[in-house]
Amino acid sequence: MKRFKMGGVHPKENKLSAHRQIQEARLPKQAVIPLGQSLGAPGQLVVAIGDKLKVGQLIAKAGGFVSANIHSPVSGTVSQLGTTVDASGYSVPAVYIDVEGDEWIETIDRTNEIKRECNLSPEEIIKTITEAGIVGMGGATFPTHVKLSPPPGKKAEVLIINAVECEPYLTCDHQLMLEKPEEILVGVTILMKAARVTKAYIGIENNKKDAIELMKQAAKSFNGIEIVPLRVQYPQGGEKQLIDAVIGRQIPSGALPVEVGAIVQNVATTFAVYEAVQKHKPLIDRIVTVTGKSVKSHGNYLVRLGTPMSAVVEQAGGVPEDTGKIVAGGPMMGKALKTLEIPVVKGTAGILFIPTFEAARKNMNNCIRCAKCVVDCPMGLEPFLLMSQSERSMWTEMENDKVMDCIECGICSYTCPSNRPLLDYIRLGKTTVGKIIRNKQAKK
Amino acid sequence: MAKLIISPSPHVHSGDSISNKMIGVFIALIPAYAVGLYFFGLGALIISITAMLSCVAFEYLIQKFLLKGSLTIFDGSALLTGLLLAMNLPTNIPVWMVVAGSLVAIGIAKMPFGGVGNNPFNPALVGRVFMLISFPAAMTTWPVPVPLNMHYLDAVTAATPLAILKGQFSNIPDIWNLFIGHKGGSMGEVSVLALLIGMVYMLIRKIISWHIPVSIIVTVFVFTAILHWANPNAFIATPLFHLLTGGLMLGAVFMATDYVTSPMNPRGMLIYGVGIGIITVVIRVFGSYPEGISFAILILNGVTPLINKFVKPKRFGEVKK
Repeated sequence: MKRFKMGGVHPKENKLSAHRQIQEARLPKQAVIPLGQSLGAPGQLVVAIGDKLKVGQLIAKAGGFVSANIHSPVSGTVSQLGTTVDASGYSVPAVYIDVEGDEWIETIDRTNEIKRECNLSPEEIIKTITEAGIVGMGGATFPTHVKLSPPPGKKAEVLIINAVECEPYLTCDHQLMLEKPEEILVGVTILMKAARVTKAYIGIENNKKDAIELMKQAAKSFNGIEIVPLRVQYPQGGEKQLIDAVIGRQIPSGALPVEVGAIVQNVATTFAVYEAVQKHKPLIDRIVTVTGKSVKSHGNYLVRLGTPMSAVVEQAGGVPEDTGKIVAGGPMMGKALKTLEIPVVKGTAGILFIPTFEAARKNMNNCIRCAKCVVDCPMGLEPFLLMSQSERSMWTEMENDKVMDCIECGICSYTCPSNRPLLDYIRLGKTTVGKIIRNKQAKK
Repeated sequence: MAKLIISPSPHVHSGDSISNKMIGVFIALIPAYAVGLYFFGLGALIISITAMLSCVAFEYLIQKFLLKGSLTIFDGSALLTGLLLAMNLPTNIPVWMVVAGSLVAIGIAKMPFGGVGNNPFNPALVGRVFMLISFPAAMTTWPVPVPLNMHYLDAVTAATPLAILKGQFSNIPDIWNLFIGHKGGSMGEVSVLALLIGMVYMLIRKIISWHIPVSIIVTVFVFTAILHWANPNAFIATPLFHLLTGGLMLGAVFMATDYVTSPMNPRGMLIYGVGIGIITVVIRVFGSYPEGISFAILILNGVTPLINKFVKPKRFGEVKK
C-alpha cells in the first residue's frame, strides 16, 4: 500500500462521527460573515446596511489575485458592518445579516440531479471557480483559481485529490464521499479540464474502506481517474506527503507542487467546484464535523457559512460538561477556541471538544536526545535542535537548518517523551525567520 | 464547564514519557539479568542491588541537598544507570567499590552536566572505566559461571575467553556455550542470546533503531574477518568468536544505544557504530587490554556532538547534488 516514506505517527483515529448521515444545520437567526476567509487579501464590501440579500448574492469582491469572493449564505437584511473574532482570536471585518426566510438567487440550480457534461473551456472553468469564491476547504483556504493558474513555464501533469482526512476525529470528507461520489468525480473531471491534465488520482486513507470501494465503482464510468488507497499514517493528508505517496515525487524545499507536476485539491473543494460549475452555486456552505468523546450528538452537519459555531453545537447536544478545550479543526493542527461565538467559515472542517483530563499539557522535562522528533518528522527536520536554537534566538542557524520547511503538523510535540513544546518554539522561529527573509527581499 | 484551556496545536499527546522508555529498556534487560543471576548467583544479586540503590540514592542526595532542585529520581534513569553499571562488572567485586563506581557515574558523569539529557558521556561506562582504572585487580578477576552460585566475594575465578585469547589459546568454551552465556565475564555480557532477545524486544517497541547495534556488530565482524583471513596465525580468533565474547553485544545493544550520548539521526548513528567497531577491534587485537568496547563507546560519545553538527538527517525533497 502506498504511503509517504519519511516520518509520521499513528495517533488514535477516534472517528466517532463516521457514517453519521449529513444533517442540515438549522439556519441561524443572524449570520456573521467575515470578509477574509482565504489566504491572501480579504474581500472588499459591495453591499451596505439595509440591503436585502438572497442566498448566493455577492457581498464582497476579491481584494486581489490571491483572494476570494464572498457570497451571502443566507437571505435577509444587512444589519451591521462590523467586526468579529476569528478562530485565531484576531478581530476581523465582518458583515452581519439578520436572517429572513431562505430565498436563493434564481441562477442557482437547487435540484439534486447529477449533471455530468461540462462544455466549458479551461479558462471559463477557472473564471467560474474564481467568481464562486472557492478556496481550499481542507483548512488551508488557498484560493483555488490561483492553484489552477500555475506560474508561467510551469505545467501540471497530474491532478491529485486529497480525500485522505488523516486528522483524528474528522469525518466530513469521508461522509461526503459516501453520499456524493458521482458529483465528486464530475468535479474531478472539471478540475482536470481546468488544469489541462488527463490523469487524476484520488488519495483515500485505508481506514475508509467503504468510501474507497464506492469511489472505485463510481470511477469506472470516468476517464483517467484512479482511486489510490493509502496507508493510515499522519500526516498522509499533507500536500507534500500525499504527492510523495501517490506519484513518488518529493517537492524540493521552497517549491510549489506544480514544480513536480502535481496540483492537489481537497475533496470537499472538488465537490464545491462541481456545485459551482454545474449548478452555478457559489461557496456558501460546507460540511462540519462536530465531535468529541463527550458530545451528545456528534455528526457531520451541512452548515451555512456565517452560522455561529454555538448554534451548530447546540444542535449537536450542546457543550459537554467536561470540556477542557474546544478546537476548530482536528486535534493535531486545529486552533483552540476561547469562545463559540465565532462563525463557521470556508476552512472550518470540524469543531472538536476535548475533555479536561486529555486537554491539559504535562510539564516539560529535559530533552533526553531520544531523537523521536527527528525520526517522526515528515520533513526530515531536527525539532529538538530548532527548539534550542529558538530559545537562544539563533535565527540564521534556524534558517540554515530548514525551519521554513516545517509544515506545523505537530508530530514533534505529540511524540516527545519529555513533553517539550517543540512546535511552539519552531513556530516562533518560522515567524521571525519569515520576517527576516521578507525584509531582505524588500530591500532588494 | 471549567475554564477553557487555550494553547497552540497539537492538542493531543502520544502519552509517551521518559519513564516509559526506561521501563522498556528494563524489560529488555530481563533476559540478560536473569542469566547473570543464574550463572553468578549471590554476587550478581548483591552488586546489582547495590548499584541500583546507590545510583538512585546519590541522585536524590545531590538533587535535594547540593542542587536544591526538583527530584527526577522517579523517571527511572538513575535506576537504569545502576543496573547497566552492574551488568558491566565482575560479580565478585566488593560492595564499596560498586558504591564508588555509582558515585562517579551519577555524581561526576551525570549530575554536574545538568542531569538526564545533558551528560556527554555514558554514565554507567564512566563509572565502570573509573573502577577499572582505580581497581585494576578486582576489575579483572572474573568469576567462573556456577549455576546459582552462593559464593560472592570468594567465588572461584578464571580468565574470560578474551583474556585467554590475549594470553594463551586453550580452555575456551565452545560456540554454543559462548552464545548462551556459560562463560566468564561481567554480569550482563555473558549471554549473547539473552542480549539479542533484549535487542529484538527494543526494536519491536521502537525504543532503539537497528542502526547502532548493527553497524557496530557488522564493523567488528568485517574488521576481524579481514585480519583473520589475512593472517590466521597472528589473528587466531574468528569473527564469530569476537562477536560472542567480551562486552561487545552488551555494549552494542545497551550501552552504545544510550539516547543521550549517541547521535540523533540514522546516518550519524552508522558513522558512530562503525567508529566504535573499529576502535574496539584495535584495542582487542593490538592493545594490551583484552576488551576495548567500553573505551570505544566513550571515545565515540565524545565525537557525537561533532557527528550531530555535521551529519544532518535526510531532508524531505533533498536534491542530490
